[in-house]
Amino acid sequence: MAEHYSSFEYKGTRWFLQRITAVFLIGVLAFHFMLLHFVNHAAEVTFLGTQARMQQVGYFGTMIAFLVTATFHGVNGVYNALVNQGLSGTRKTTVKWVLIVASGVLIVQGIRTALYMAGIIA
Amino acid sequence: MSQSYDRGTIEDFGRWKEFSAGMWAWIFHKFSGWVLIGYLFTHIAVLSTATQSGTMYTQTIRGLESLAIVRVLEVGLLAVAVFHILNGVRLLFVDLGVGLEAQDKSFYASLVVSAAIVIASVPTFLAGAF
Repeated sequence: MAEHYSSFEYKGTRWFLQRITAVFLIGVLAFHFMLLHFVNHAAEVTFLGTQARMQQVGYFGTMIAFLVTATFHGVNGVYNALVNQGLSGTRKTTVKWVLIVASGVLIVQGIRTALYMAGIIA
Repeated sequence: MSQSYDRGTIEDFGRWKEFSAGMWAWIFHKFSGWVLIGYLFTHIAVLSTATQSGTMYTQTIRGLESLAIVRVLEVGLLAVAVFHILNGVRLLFVDLGVGLEAQDKSFYASLVVSAAIVIASVPTFLAGAF
């Protein structure tokens, strides 16, 4: 039997979170594409339409969870890819913190935007 | 007993004709992942126009959607997203120890199903663009 292969530290926390977020994102990303390209066409999007969707608590919560899990999954994937390419030492630490700060900025800005969309702040 | 195969490093792209299905899957998954995380940052930047005014948000989205190149790029985005999802499902199964022996066939299936979904979606994505 072929050897087990994974590019992640097997059974590490980030290895596990990468897969849990993947399972969540499979459903939510497909839902997002269906809703905003097939049910509502992207070319017909208006602020009022977005606001009507974002004022539904379940949809709002799903979009915030989508933002946070996609950011973690994507940025952690980038970090793992760079480590696979041989990133190490000070550069590895620097890249790690740049990615953490970029993730934080993206999530804060995403939540801020969502609050404006829902009309919670104006 | 486990076996390992020395296929050389995947970073040596000059020998791409010798790459196996699994190596292509690895390259496509990394490429589609880079595209998707890049798009996520861009997407939030565009949606952030909602913090200025509802009118600016609507005008920005409609302005972008009126450009044919944006519609074509959206088809490309759909292609990388669908492939990343389907190949991701394949990877989850492999990590669970299911289907490792057929990982090459499941990669080909990911490509075929991705292509079918993207081709079927083209009319919807490009409607009114030209």
